[in-house]
Amino acid sequence: MDYQTIIVEEKNAVGCLTFNRPKQLNSFNETMHQEVSKVLKAWAKDQNIRAVVISAEGRGFCAGQDLNDRVVDPNADAPDLGLSIEKYYNPLIKLITEMPKPVVCAVNGVAAGAGANIALACDIVLAAKSASFIQAFCRLGLVPDSGGTWFLPRLVGRAQAMGMAMLGDKISAEQALQLGMIWQVVEDDQLKAEAEKMGEHLAKQPTYGLSLIKKAIHAAADNNLDDQLILERDLQRLAGRSHDYREGVQAFMQKRTPDYKGC
Amino acid sequence: MDYIKTSAPQDGVVLIELNRPEKRNALNNATLKQLADTLAQLDGDVTVKTVVITGNEQCFAAGADLNELAQLDVVSIQQDQRPLLWKRIDEFSKPLIMAVNGYAFGAGFELALHGDIVISGENAQFALPEIGLGMLPGAGGTQRLARLVGQQLAMRWAMTGEMIPARVALQHGISSQICPTGLTVQYALELAAKIAKQAPLAIKVIKQSLKSIHEVTLSQGLKLERQHFVWLAATQDRQEGINAFLEKRKPEFRGV
Repeated sequence: MDYQTIIVEEKNAVGCLTFNRPKQLNSFNETMHQEVSKVLKAWAKDQNIRAVVISAEGRGFCAGQDLNDRVVDPNADAPDLGLSIEKYYNPLIKLITEMPKPVVCAVNGVAAGAGANIALACDIVLAAKSASFIQAFCRLGLVPDSGGTWFLPRLVGRAQAMGMAMLGDKISAEQALQLGMIWQVVEDDQLKAEAEKMGEHLAKQPTYGLSLIKKAIHAAADNNLDDQLILERDLQRLAGRSHDYREGVQAFMQKRTPDYKGC
Repeated sequence: MDYIKTSAPQDGVVLIELNRPEKRNALNNATLKQLADTLAQLDGDVTVKTVVITGNEQCFAAGADLNELAQLDVVSIQQDQRPLLWKRIDEFSKPLIMAVNGYAFGAGFELALHGDIVISGENAQFALPEIGLGMLPGAGGTQRLARLVGQQLAMRWAMTGEMIPARVALQHGISSQICPTGLTVQYALELAAKIAKQAPLAIKVIKQSLKSIHEVTLSQGLKLERQHFVWLAATQDRQEGINAFLEKRKPEFRGV
Protein backbone atom coordinates (compact mmCIF):
# COMPACT_ATOMS: atom_id res chain seq x y z
CA MET A 1 0.00 0.00 0.00
CA ASP A 2 1.39 3.40 -0.97
CA TYR A 3 0.43 6.46 1.02
CA GLN A 4 1.13 10.07 0.12
CA THR A 5 1.02 11.58 3.59
CA ILE A 6 1.91 8.83 6.04
CA ILE A 7 4.29 5.89 6.41
CA VAL A 8 2.73 2.64 7.57
CA GLU A 9 4.67 -0.29 8.99
CA GLU A 10 3.51 -3.46 10.67
CA LYS A 11 6.10 -5.44 12.60
CA ASN A 12 6.01 -7.72 15.66
CA ALA A 13 2.27 -7.10 16.09
CA VAL A 14 2.87 -3.33 16.32
CA GLY A 15 1.24 -0.95 13.87
CA CYS A 16 3.48 2.07 13.32
CA LEU A 17 1.83 5.09 11.72
CA THR A 18 4.17 7.97 10.91
CA PHE A 19 2.89 11.37 9.77
CA ASN A 20 4.86 12.20 6.65
CA ARG A 21 4.36 15.76 5.47
CA PRO A 22 7.51 17.14 7.11
CA LYS A 23 7.64 20.33 4.98
CA GLN A 24 4.17 21.27 6.23
CA LEU A 25 5.04 20.22 9.80
CA ASN A 26 2.73 17.24 9.22
CA SER A 27 -0.39 19.39 9.25
CA PHE A 28 -3.55 17.63 8.14
CA ASN A 29 -5.13 18.00 4.73
CA GLU A 30 -8.00 15.86 3.40
CA THR A 31 -5.74 13.18 1.95
CA MET A 32 -3.92 12.76 5.25
CA HIS A 33 -7.23 12.49 7.11
CA GLN A 34 -8.44 9.82 4.72
CA GLU A 35 -5.22 7.84 4.87
CA VAL A 36 -4.86 7.97 8.66
CA SER A 37 -8.49 7.01 9.14
CA LYS A 38 -8.23 4.09 6.73
CA VAL A 39 -5.20 2.67 8.53
CA LEU A 40 -6.55 3.14 12.07
CA LYS A 41 -9.89 1.57 11.11
CA ALA A 42 -8.11 -1.47 9.71
CA TRP A 43 -5.90 -1.82 12.80
CA ALA A 44 -8.87 -1.53 15.14
CA LYS A 45 -10.28 -4.70 13.58
CA ASP A 46 -6.99 -6.52 12.95
CA GLN A 47 -6.39 -9.11 15.68
CA ASN A 48 -2.74 -9.38 14.61
CA ILE A 49 -2.03 -5.76 15.54
CA ARG A 50 -1.81 -5.52 19.32
CA ALA A 51 -0.41 -2.02 19.79
CA VAL A 52 -0.27 1.17 17.76
CA VAL A 53 2.54 3.73 17.70
CA ILE A 54 1.89 7.16 16.20
CA SER A 55 4.93 9.26 15.36
CA ALA A 56 6.04 11.85 12.83
CA GLU A 57 8.76 12.64 10.29
CA GLY A 58 10.87 15.79 10.31
CA ARG A 59 11.19 18.43 13.03
CA GLY A 60 7.54 18.86 13.96
CA PHE A 61 4.98 16.34 15.24
CA CYS A 62 1.85 17.89 13.77
CA ALA A 63 0.74 21.48 13.29
CA GLY A 64 -2.95 20.67 13.21
CA GLN A 65 -4.99 21.82 10.26
CA ASP A 66 -3.14 22.76 7.07
CA LEU A 67 -4.19 26.40 6.78
CA ASN A 68 -3.44 26.39 3.05
CA ASP A 69 -6.72 24.54 2.77
CA ARG A 70 -8.37 27.31 4.72
CA VAL A 71 -7.62 30.57 2.98
CA VAL A 72 -10.56 32.75 3.91
CA ASP A 73 -11.76 35.31 1.41
CA PRO A 74 -12.73 38.33 3.54
CA ASN A 75 -15.59 39.19 1.17
CA ALA A 76 -17.11 35.70 0.96
CA ASP A 77 -19.53 34.05 3.35
CA ALA A 78 -18.03 32.73 6.58
CA PRO A 79 -16.60 29.23 6.19
CA ASP A 80 -18.21 26.35 8.06
CA LEU A 81 -15.39 25.04 10.22
CA GLY A 82 -17.77 22.53 11.79
CA LEU A 83 -17.79 20.51 8.58
CA SER A 84 -14.23 19.22 8.68
CA ILE A 85 -14.49 18.66 12.44
CA GLU A 86 -17.60 16.57 11.94
CA LYS A 87 -16.20 14.73 8.95
CA TYR A 88 -12.57 14.25 9.94
CA TYR A 89 -11.28 15.42 13.33
CA ASN A 90 -14.02 14.03 15.58
CA PRO A 91 -13.98 10.58 13.97
CA LEU A 92 -10.15 10.59 14.17
CA ILE A 93 -10.19 11.28 17.93
CA LYS A 94 -12.78 8.55 18.40
CA LEU A 95 -10.71 6.10 16.36
CA ILE A 96 -7.83 6.70 18.78
CA THR A 97 -9.83 6.71 22.03
CA GLU A 98 -11.98 3.74 21.04
CA MET A 99 -9.12 1.70 19.58
CA PRO A 100 -9.35 -1.63 21.42
CA LYS A 101 -5.59 -1.73 21.95
CA PRO A 102 -3.00 0.66 23.38
CA VAL A 103 -2.00 3.69 21.31
CA VAL A 104 1.45 5.13 22.01
CA CYS A 105 2.34 8.56 20.70
CA ALA A 106 5.88 9.80 20.09
CA VAL A 107 5.90 13.60 19.97
CA ASN A 108 9.17 14.55 18.28
CA GLY A 109 8.71 18.31 17.92
CA VAL A 110 6.03 20.93 17.96
CA ALA A 111 2.45 19.67 18.41
CA ALA A 112 0.18 22.60 17.72
CA GLY A 113 -3.59 23.05 17.51
CA ALA A 114 -5.34 19.82 16.61
CA GLY A 115 -1.87 18.23 16.47
CA ALA A 116 -1.48 18.71 20.23
CA ASN A 117 -4.91 17.27 20.93
CA ILE A 118 -4.41 14.25 18.68
CA ALA A 119 -1.36 13.48 20.82
CA LEU A 120 -3.36 13.96 24.04
CA ALA A 121 -6.01 11.57 22.75
CA CYS A 122 -3.45 8.75 22.73
CA ASP A 123 -3.06 6.42 25.70
CA ILE A 124 0.64 6.86 26.44
CA VAL A 125 2.45 9.96 25.21
CA LEU A 126 6.25 10.12 24.99
CA ALA A 127 7.83 13.41 24.05
CA ALA A 128 11.32 14.34 22.98
CA LYS A 129 13.07 16.93 25.20
CA SER A 130 12.76 19.48 22.40
CA ALA A 131 9.07 18.82 21.76
CA SER A 132 6.38 21.32 22.67
CA PHE A 133 2.60 21.65 22.84
CA ILE A 134 0.69 24.73 21.73
CA GLN A 135 -3.06 25.28 21.94
CA ALA A 136 -2.79 27.76 19.07
CA PHE A 137 -6.51 28.06 18.40
CA CYS A 138 -7.10 31.18 20.49
CA ARG A 139 -4.68 33.19 18.39
CA LEU A 140 -6.97 32.82 15.36
CA GLY A 141 -10.19 33.35 17.26
CA LEU A 142 -10.96 29.65 17.44
CA VAL A 143 -11.73 27.08 20.12
CA PRO A 144 -9.51 24.09 20.93
CA ASP A 145 -11.07 21.21 19.03
CA SER A 146 -10.29 17.53 18.50
CA GLY A 147 -11.13 16.98 22.14
CA GLY A 148 -8.80 19.68 23.47
CA THR A 149 -11.37 21.29 25.75
CA TRP A 150 -12.19 17.83 27.13
CA PHE A 151 -8.71 16.35 27.50
CA LEU A 152 -6.96 19.41 28.90
CA PRO A 153 -8.99 20.07 32.06
CA ARG A 154 -8.99 16.33 32.79
CA LEU A 155 -5.23 16.04 32.34
CA VAL A 156 -3.95 19.24 33.93
CA GLY A 157 -6.90 20.80 35.79
CA ARG A 158 -9.03 23.78 34.91
CA ALA A 159 -6.61 26.56 35.77
CA GLN A 160 -3.83 25.19 33.60
CA ALA A 161 -6.24 24.26 30.83
CA MET A 162 -7.71 27.75 30.76
CA GLY A 163 -4.25 29.33 30.68
CA MET A 164 -3.07 27.12 27.84
CA ALA A 165 -6.24 27.56 25.82
CA MET A 166 -6.59 31.32 26.28
CA LEU A 167 -2.94 32.34 26.03
CA GLY A 168 -1.84 29.83 23.40
CA ASP A 169 1.68 29.74 24.84
CA LYS A 170 4.22 27.10 24.02
CA ILE A 171 4.38 24.36 26.68
CA SER A 172 7.69 22.53 26.74
CA ALA A 173 7.90 18.76 27.00
CA GLU A 174 9.30 19.12 30.54
CA GLN A 175 6.41 21.39 31.56
CA ALA A 176 3.91 19.01 30.02
CA LEU A 177 5.44 16.18 32.05
CA GLN A 178 5.32 18.19 35.30
CA LEU A 179 1.68 19.05 34.68
CA GLY A 180 0.78 15.41 34.13
CA MET A 181 -0.17 16.00 30.51
CA ILE A 182 2.11 13.28 29.14
CA TRP A 183 3.75 10.09 30.35
CA GLN A 184 7.45 10.55 29.73
CA VAL A 185 10.16 12.80 28.31
CA VAL A 186 13.16 11.21 26.59
CA GLU A 187 16.30 12.45 24.85
CA ASP A 188 15.58 13.53 21.26
CA ASP A 189 17.71 10.82 19.72
CA GLN A 190 16.13 8.14 21.93
CA LEU A 191 12.51 8.94 21.12
CA LYS A 192 11.90 6.64 18.20
CA ALA A 193 13.63 3.69 19.88
CA GLU A 194 11.77 4.24 23.17
CA ALA A 195 8.39 4.47 21.46
CA GLU A 196 9.04 1.31 19.46
CA LYS A 197 10.23 -0.50 22.59
CA MET A 198 7.04 0.57 24.37
CA GLY A 199 4.95 -0.59 21.41
CA GLU A 200 6.67 -3.98 21.28
CA HIS A 201 6.26 -4.47 25.01
CA LEU A 202 2.55 -3.63 24.87
CA ALA A 203 2.05 -5.92 21.87
CA LYS A 204 3.11 -8.88 24.01
CA GLN A 205 0.74 -7.98 26.84
CA PRO A 206 -2.87 -9.20 27.34
CA THR A 207 -4.39 -6.89 24.71
CA TYR A 208 -8.00 -7.60 25.56
CA GLY A 209 -7.38 -6.74 29.20
CA LEU A 210 -5.62 -3.54 28.16
CA SER A 211 -8.59 -2.60 26.00
CA LEU A 212 -10.85 -2.98 29.03
CA ILE A 213 -8.50 -0.81 31.13
CA LYS A 214 -8.71 1.84 28.44
CA LYS A 215 -12.49 1.64 28.41
CA ALA A 216 -12.69 1.93 32.20
CA ILE A 217 -10.36 4.89 32.48
CA HIS A 218 -12.17 6.75 29.71
CA ALA A 219 -15.54 6.03 31.32
CA ALA A 220 -14.26 7.33 34.67
CA ALA A 221 -14.14 10.85 33.26
CA ASP A 222 -17.94 10.90 33.15
CA ASN A 223 -18.97 8.35 35.76
CA ASN A 224 -19.70 8.77 39.42
CA LEU A 225 -18.04 6.29 41.79
CA ASP A 226 -21.09 4.02 42.00
CA ASP A 227 -21.35 3.65 38.23
CA GLN A 228 -17.62 3.16 37.91
CA LEU A 229 -17.62 0.41 40.53
CA ILE A 230 -20.37 -1.36 38.60
CA LEU A 231 -18.43 -0.92 35.37
CA GLU A 232 -15.29 -2.37 37.00
CA ARG A 233 -17.30 -5.38 38.08
CA ASP A 234 -18.65 -5.85 34.55
CA LEU A 235 -15.29 -5.43 32.85
CA GLN A 236 -13.62 -7.76 35.35
CA ARG A 237 -16.27 -10.35 34.50
CA LEU A 238 -15.28 -10.06 30.86
CA ALA A 239 -11.56 -10.03 31.64
CA GLY A 240 -11.95 -13.17 33.74
CA ARG A 241 -13.32 -15.03 30.74
CA SER A 242 -10.30 -14.24 28.61
CA HIS A 243 -7.63 -16.68 27.55
CA ASP A 244 -4.89 -14.35 28.74
CA TYR A 245 -6.19 -14.19 32.31
CA ARG A 246 -6.09 -17.97 32.61
CA GLU A 247 -2.69 -18.06 30.98
CA GLY A 248 -1.43 -15.35 33.34
CA VAL A 249 -2.58 -17.21 36.45
CA GLN A 250 -1.20 -20.52 35.19
CA ALA A 251 2.15 -18.99 34.27
CA PHE A 252 2.36 -17.45 37.74
CA MET A 253 1.62 -20.78 39.42
CA GLN A 254 4.10 -22.61 37.23
CA LYS A 255 6.70 -19.84 37.67
CA ARG A 256 7.09 -19.32 33.92
CA THR A 257 6.72 -16.41 31.51
CA PRO A 258 3.14 -16.12 30.26
CA ASP A 259 2.46 -16.44 26.54
CA TYR A 260 -0.32 -13.94 25.90
CA LYS A 261 -2.43 -14.14 22.77
CA GLY A 262 -4.29 -10.86 23.17
CA CYS A 263 -7.72 -12.42 23.61
CA MET B 1 -34.83 -23.41 7.80
CA ASP B 2 -34.43 -22.66 11.47
CA TYR B 3 -34.29 -18.91 11.78
CA ILE B 4 -34.37 -19.03 15.55
CA LYS B 5 -32.56 -21.12 18.15
CA THR B 6 -34.31 -21.94 21.39
CA SER B 7 -32.61 -23.05 24.60
CA ALA B 8 -33.40 -23.24 28.30
CA PRO B 9 -30.26 -21.95 30.04
CA GLN B 10 -31.89 -21.59 33.46
CA ASP B 11 -34.84 -22.89 35.43
CA GLY B 12 -38.02 -21.38 34.01
CA VAL B 13 -36.12 -19.20 31.54
CA VAL B 14 -36.13 -19.71 27.78
CA LEU B 15 -33.66 -17.97 25.49
CA ILE B 16 -34.61 -17.39 21.86
CA GLU B 17 -31.77 -16.37 19.57
CA LEU B 18 -32.52 -14.91 16.16
CA ASN B 19 -30.31 -16.92 13.88
CA ARG B 20 -29.97 -15.55 10.37
CA PRO B 21 -26.51 -14.01 10.74
CA GLU B 22 -25.87 -13.91 6.99
CA LYS B 23 -28.94 -11.65 6.63
CA ARG B 24 -28.23 -9.71 9.82
CA ASN B 25 -31.28 -11.41 11.32
CA ALA B 26 -33.61 -9.63 8.91
CA LEU B 27 -37.13 -10.45 10.02
CA ASN B 28 -38.77 -12.20 7.10
CA ASN B 29 -42.21 -13.71 7.50
CA ALA B 30 -40.77 -17.16 8.17
CA THR B 31 -38.71 -15.85 11.09
CA LEU B 32 -41.67 -13.97 12.54
CA LYS B 33 -43.86 -17.03 12.15
CA GLN B 34 -41.35 -19.24 13.95
CA LEU B 35 -41.12 -16.63 16.67
CA ALA B 36 -44.89 -16.36 17.05
CA ASP B 37 -45.32 -20.16 17.02
CA THR B 38 -42.57 -20.64 19.57
CA LEU B 39 -43.98 -17.97 21.88
CA ALA B 40 -47.47 -19.50 21.61
CA GLN B 41 -46.06 -22.87 22.58
CA LEU B 42 -44.06 -21.37 25.49
CA ASP B 43 -47.16 -19.51 26.65
CA GLY B 44 -48.87 -22.86 27.17
CA ASP B 45 -45.92 -24.44 28.96
CA VAL B 46 -46.30 -23.99 32.74
CA THR B 47 -42.61 -24.67 33.37
CA VAL B 48 -41.69 -21.56 31.35
CA LYS B 49 -41.79 -18.35 33.39
CA THR B 50 -39.90 -15.77 31.33
CA VAL B 51 -38.50 -15.49 27.83
CA VAL B 52 -35.45 -13.62 26.57
CA ILE B 53 -35.05 -12.75 22.89
CA THR B 54 -31.67 -11.78 21.51
CA GLY B 55 -29.74 -11.66 18.24
CA ASN B 56 -25.95 -11.89 18.21
CA GLU B 57 -23.24 -9.52 19.45
CA GLN B 58 -23.14 -7.44 16.26
CA CYS B 59 -26.78 -7.42 15.40
CA PHE B 60 -30.16 -7.82 17.07
CA ALA B 61 -32.16 -7.59 13.86
CA ALA B 62 -31.53 -5.26 10.96
CA GLY B 63 -35.09 -4.74 9.78
CA ALA B 64 -37.54 -6.53 7.59
CA ASP B 65 -36.45 -8.65 4.65
CA LEU B 66 -36.34 -6.19 1.76
CA ASN B 67 -36.28 -8.88 -0.91
CA GLU B 68 -39.51 -10.19 0.51
CA LEU B 69 -41.03 -6.71 0.79
CA ALA B 70 -40.05 -5.76 -2.76
CA GLN B 71 -42.19 -8.53 -4.19
CA LEU B 72 -45.38 -7.27 -2.57
CA ASP B 73 -47.81 -4.96 -4.35
CA VAL B 74 -50.74 -3.17 -2.75
CA VAL B 75 -53.04 -6.15 -3.02
CA SER B 76 -50.63 -8.72 -1.64
CA ILE B 77 -49.58 -6.39 1.20
CA GLN B 78 -53.23 -6.17 2.18
CA GLN B 79 -53.39 -9.95 2.31
CA ASP B 80 -50.03 -10.30 4.04
CA GLN B 81 -50.16 -12.26 7.28
CA ARG B 82 -47.45 -10.12 8.87
CA PRO B 83 -49.71 -7.92 11.02
CA LEU B 84 -51.24 -11.09 12.44
CA LEU B 85 -47.80 -12.45 13.28
CA TRP B 86 -46.89 -9.25 15.13
CA LYS B 87 -50.20 -9.43 16.96
CA ARG B 88 -49.43 -12.96 18.11
CA ILE B 89 -46.03 -11.86 19.43
CA ASP B 90 -47.71 -8.97 21.23
CA GLU B 91 -50.20 -11.38 22.83
CA PHE B 92 -47.54 -13.41 24.61
CA SER B 93 -48.65 -13.27 28.23
CA LYS B 94 -45.39 -13.92 30.10
CA PRO B 95 -42.54 -11.47 30.71
CA LEU B 96 -40.60 -10.91 27.49
CA ILE B 97 -37.09 -9.47 27.82
CA MET B 98 -35.18 -8.18 24.82
CA ALA B 99 -31.39 -8.38 25.00
CA VAL B 100 -30.24 -6.02 22.26
CA ASN B 101 -26.65 -5.91 21.03
CA GLY B 102 -25.69 -4.04 17.89
CA TYR B 103 -28.23 -3.02 15.29
CA ALA B 104 -31.94 -2.96 16.02
CA PHE B 105 -33.21 -1.29 12.87
CA GLY B 106 -36.72 -0.97 11.46
CA ALA B 107 -38.60 -4.15 12.18
CA GLY B 108 -35.74 -5.12 14.52
CA PHE B 109 -36.37 -1.99 16.59
CA GLU B 110 -40.11 -2.70 16.44
CA LEU B 111 -39.50 -6.22 17.71
CA ALA B 112 -37.49 -4.77 20.61
CA LEU B 113 -40.42 -2.45 21.32
CA HIS B 114 -42.61 -5.56 21.72
CA GLY B 115 -40.51 -6.51 24.75
CA ASP B 116 -41.66 -5.74 28.28
CA ILE B 117 -38.09 -4.95 29.32
CA VAL B 118 -35.18 -4.05 27.04
CA ILE B 119 -31.56 -4.45 28.09
CA SER B 120 -28.97 -3.25 25.65
CA GLY B 121 -25.29 -3.69 25.10
CA GLU B 122 -23.26 -0.51 24.85
CA ASN B 123 -22.91 -1.12 21.11
CA ALA B 124 -26.68 -1.13 20.59
CA GLN B 125 -28.04 1.22 17.94
CA PHE B 126 -31.74 1.69 17.40
CA ALA B 127 -33.25 3.30 14.32
CA LEU B 128 -36.35 3.49 12.17
CA PRO B 129 -34.75 3.81 8.72
CA GLU B 130 -37.96 3.00 6.81
CA ILE B 131 -38.27 6.64 5.73
CA GLY B 132 -35.11 6.23 3.67
CA LEU B 133 -36.96 3.63 1.62
CA GLY B 134 -39.99 5.84 1.17
CA MET B 135 -41.94 3.85 3.76
CA LEU B 136 -43.02 4.20 7.34
CA PRO B 137 -42.50 1.72 10.17
CA GLY B 138 -45.32 -0.77 9.82
CA ALA B 139 -45.21 -2.84 12.98
CA GLY B 140 -46.02 -0.35 15.67
CA GLY B 141 -42.83 1.70 15.34
CA THR B 142 -44.55 5.07 15.26
CA GLN B 143 -47.08 4.05 17.89
CA ARG B 144 -44.97 2.31 20.50
CA LEU B 145 -42.00 4.64 20.15
CA ALA B 146 -44.13 7.75 20.58
CA ARG B 147 -45.76 6.26 23.65
CA LEU B 148 -42.33 5.56 25.13
CA VAL B 149 -40.39 8.70 24.28
CA GLY B 150 -43.07 11.26 23.39
CA GLN B 151 -44.12 12.83 20.12
CA GLN B 152 -41.13 15.16 19.67
CA LEU B 153 -38.46 12.51 19.53
CA ALA B 154 -40.64 9.95 17.78
CA MET B 155 -41.37 12.46 15.00
CA ARG B 156 -37.72 13.29 14.63
CA TRP B 157 -36.48 9.72 14.64
CA ALA B 158 -39.20 8.40 12.33
CA MET B 159 -38.76 11.29 9.89
CA THR B 160 -34.96 11.22 9.74
CA GLY B 161 -34.10 7.58 10.38
CA GLU B 162 -31.35 8.88 12.70
CA MET B 163 -29.45 6.32 14.76
CA ILE B 164 -30.25 6.22 18.45
CA PRO B 165 -27.18 5.05 20.39
CA ALA B 166 -27.56 2.91 23.51
CA ARG B 167 -26.93 5.85 25.85
CA VAL B 168 -29.71 7.93 24.31
CA ALA B 169 -32.07 4.96 24.27
CA LEU B 170 -31.48 4.56 28.00
CA GLN B 171 -32.09 8.26 28.64
CA HIS B 172 -35.47 8.10 26.96
CA GLY B 173 -36.73 4.87 28.40
CA ILE B 174 -36.33 2.69 25.31
CA SER B 175 -34.17 0.43 27.45
CA SER B 176 -33.73 0.07 31.19
CA GLN B 177 -30.05 -0.88 31.32
CA ILE B 178 -26.83 -0.70 29.35
CA CYS B 179 -24.14 -3.29 29.91
CA PRO B 180 -20.87 -4.23 28.21
CA THR B 181 -21.78 -5.98 24.98
CA GLY B 182 -20.31 -9.30 26.07
CA LEU B 183 -22.56 -9.42 29.13
CA THR B 184 -25.94 -8.34 27.73
CA VAL B 185 -27.35 -11.84 27.37
CA GLN B 186 -25.98 -12.97 30.73
CA TYR B 187 -27.56 -10.00 32.50
CA ALA B 188 -30.83 -10.43 30.63
CA LEU B 189 -30.91 -14.08 31.72
CA GLU B 190 -30.14 -13.08 35.33
CA LEU B 191 -33.01 -10.61 35.24
CA ALA B 192 -35.25 -13.25 33.68
CA ALA B 193 -34.28 -15.72 36.40
CA LYS B 194 -35.08 -13.13 39.06
CA ILE B 195 -38.53 -12.59 37.56
CA ALA B 196 -39.01 -16.34 37.08
CA LYS B 197 -38.77 -16.79 40.85
CA GLN B 198 -41.70 -14.42 41.46
CA ALA B 199 -45.33 -15.44 41.77
CA PRO B 200 -46.39 -16.21 38.17
CA LEU B 201 -49.99 -15.06 38.60
CA ALA B 202 -48.91 -11.73 40.04
CA ILE B 203 -46.37 -11.32 37.23
CA LYS B 204 -49.09 -12.02 34.68
CA VAL B 205 -51.44 -9.34 36.00
CA ILE B 206 -48.60 -6.84 36.35
CA LYS B 207 -47.91 -7.30 32.65
CA GLN B 208 -51.61 -6.99 31.79
CA SER B 209 -51.99 -3.94 33.99
CA LEU B 210 -48.99 -2.17 32.52
CA LYS B 211 -49.80 -3.09 28.93
CA SER B 212 -53.27 -1.62 29.30
CA ILE B 213 -52.01 1.88 30.09
CA HIS B 214 -52.13 2.92 26.44
CA GLU B 215 -55.55 1.39 25.87
CA VAL B 216 -57.61 2.80 28.71
CA THR B 217 -58.14 5.99 30.68
CA LEU B 218 -56.58 6.45 34.10
CA SER B 219 -59.84 5.81 35.95
CA GLN B 220 -60.49 2.64 33.94
CA GLY B 221 -56.87 1.60 34.49
CA LEU B 222 -57.18 2.09 38.23
CA LYS B 223 -60.34 -0.06 38.20
CA LEU B 224 -58.51 -2.81 36.29
CA GLU B 225 -55.59 -2.64 38.65
CA ARG B 226 -57.93 -2.94 41.63
CA GLN B 227 -59.66 -5.97 40.05
CA HIS B 228 -56.32 -7.68 39.56
CA PHE B 229 -55.41 -6.83 43.13
CA VAL B 230 -58.59 -8.34 44.49
CA TRP B 231 -58.28 -11.39 42.25
CA LEU B 232 -54.74 -12.08 43.52
CA ALA B 233 -56.13 -12.19 47.05
CA ALA B 234 -57.66 -15.52 46.10
CA THR B 235 -54.27 -17.06 45.26
CA GLN B 236 -52.21 -19.27 47.54
CA ASP B 237 -49.03 -17.56 46.35
CA ARG B 238 -50.17 -14.28 47.90
CA GLN B 239 -50.68 -16.04 51.23
CA GLU B 240 -47.27 -17.68 50.84
CA GLY B 241 -45.67 -14.33 50.10
CA ILE B 242 -47.11 -12.74 53.22
CA ASN B 243 -46.32 -15.76 55.41
CA ALA B 244 -42.75 -15.97 54.18
CA PHE B 245 -42.28 -12.26 54.92
CA LEU B 246 -43.63 -12.59 58.45
CA GLU B 247 -41.59 -15.75 59.09
CA LYS B 248 -38.47 -14.06 57.63
CA ARG B 249 -37.87 -16.75 55.03
CA LYS B 250 -37.79 -16.90 51.22
CA PRO B 251 -41.20 -17.50 49.65
CA GLU B 252 -41.82 -20.55 47.45
CA PHE B 253 -44.27 -19.57 44.75
CA ARG B 254 -46.13 -22.27 42.86
CA GLY B 255 -48.39 -20.33 40.51
CA VAL B 256 -51.63 -21.20 42.32
